[in-house]
Amino acid sequence: MTSVLRALGAFARFWKGFLIGDAPELFVGTLVFVGAALALHHHGYVAVVLLPLIVIVFLGGSVFRGRVRS
Amino acid sequence: MTASTVVIVLAVFGASAVEAVEALTIVTAAGVSRGWRSALEGTLAAVLVLAVLVLAIGVPIARLVPIDLLRVVIGALLLVLGLDWLRKAVLRASGHKALHDEDAIYEKTVADLSAGVTAVTGAAPAGAGAVTGAAPAGSWRRGPRDATGFTVAFKGAFLEGMEVVLIVVTLGASSGRLALAAASAAAAVAVVCVAGYLVARRLSEVPENAMKLAVGVMLTSFGVFWVGEGAGLHWPGSDLMILVLVGVFAVTAAVLSLAMRRIGPSRQAVAVHTGHS
Repeated sequence: MTSVLRALGAFARFWKGFLIGDAPELFVGTLVFVGAALALHHHGYVAVVLLPLIVIVFLGGSVFRGRVRS
Repeated sequence: MTASTVVIVLAVFGASAVEAVEALTIVTAAGVSRGWRSALEGTLAAVLVLAVLVLAIGVPIARLVPIDLLRVVIGALLLVLGLDWLRKAVLRASGHKALHDEDAIYEKTVADLSAGVTAVTGAAPAGAGAVTGAAPAGSWRRGPRDATGFTVAFKGAFLEGMEVVLIVVTLGASSGRLALAAASAAAAVAVVCVAGYLVARRLSEVPENAMKLAVGVMLTSFGVFWVGEGAGLHWPGSDLMILVLVGVFAVTAAVLSLAMRRIGPSRQAVAVHTGHS
């Protein structure tokens, strides 16, 4: 039982580290991006322009935040 | 061969090569300090476990999960991973984060292992020192087995390989090219092993940050493309749009690197980074 719990804990830690790591804003940005893609998929070129822009904004913000924190 | 196939092969090859360099540093350190037999056996065991994971996870995912749902979930995973790699690569390229120094990692691992420390990669101390007088380098066939060398090599190869497995499974499963993605990863590992053997310990000469930046651009592009496709968006030009996205994010990364360089490096970036990733 203990080893199962330990394995589950390690599994959860792996995914937390993988998804959130030291830049939780990128995880939030990905969720925002997925939501925007689902909401905008009928809007053609608006979506084609807006979706990459969302990624660029979150990446830029995360890079700048990385600089401020360091 | 379509544009997306080419980008898949390049992305998997690049990501696998970067992770293989990091794993090779740890395995080489374990081999030199604790004996090659255990280090190679630990590495082989990790590779086998990772291969089983690819088959056990990748094949069922590709066959059972509806393709649109698969693309949204996998695209999101690729986006998280790609953006994280891009962020680190931009910060390192602009001097705001210390470069990943394989020589420093190698020296530290050898020093720790020679002193009997097993915490280099978070390895459990169980079995540490079970075999004394580890085999000297080169005697990999007849040398005694060393639990510490095996554990450190296994964990080094396994932890670095997990990211490769995720990339192979996500890119391969969602495009229906799992075998091609796995072959590309295997080729990258083979190339790095041969190159590592030829250049001995000069792994620091591998342009790791540039490779990480390029792979980050490709993973991000695939993530954006597949989440859009899975959500029902019809990208203009279909697969060719991936190349456009690669161009857009490459320019973005270059602009961000230049802009961050102008801001100036922080004081702490002078310290050499020797941790994971």
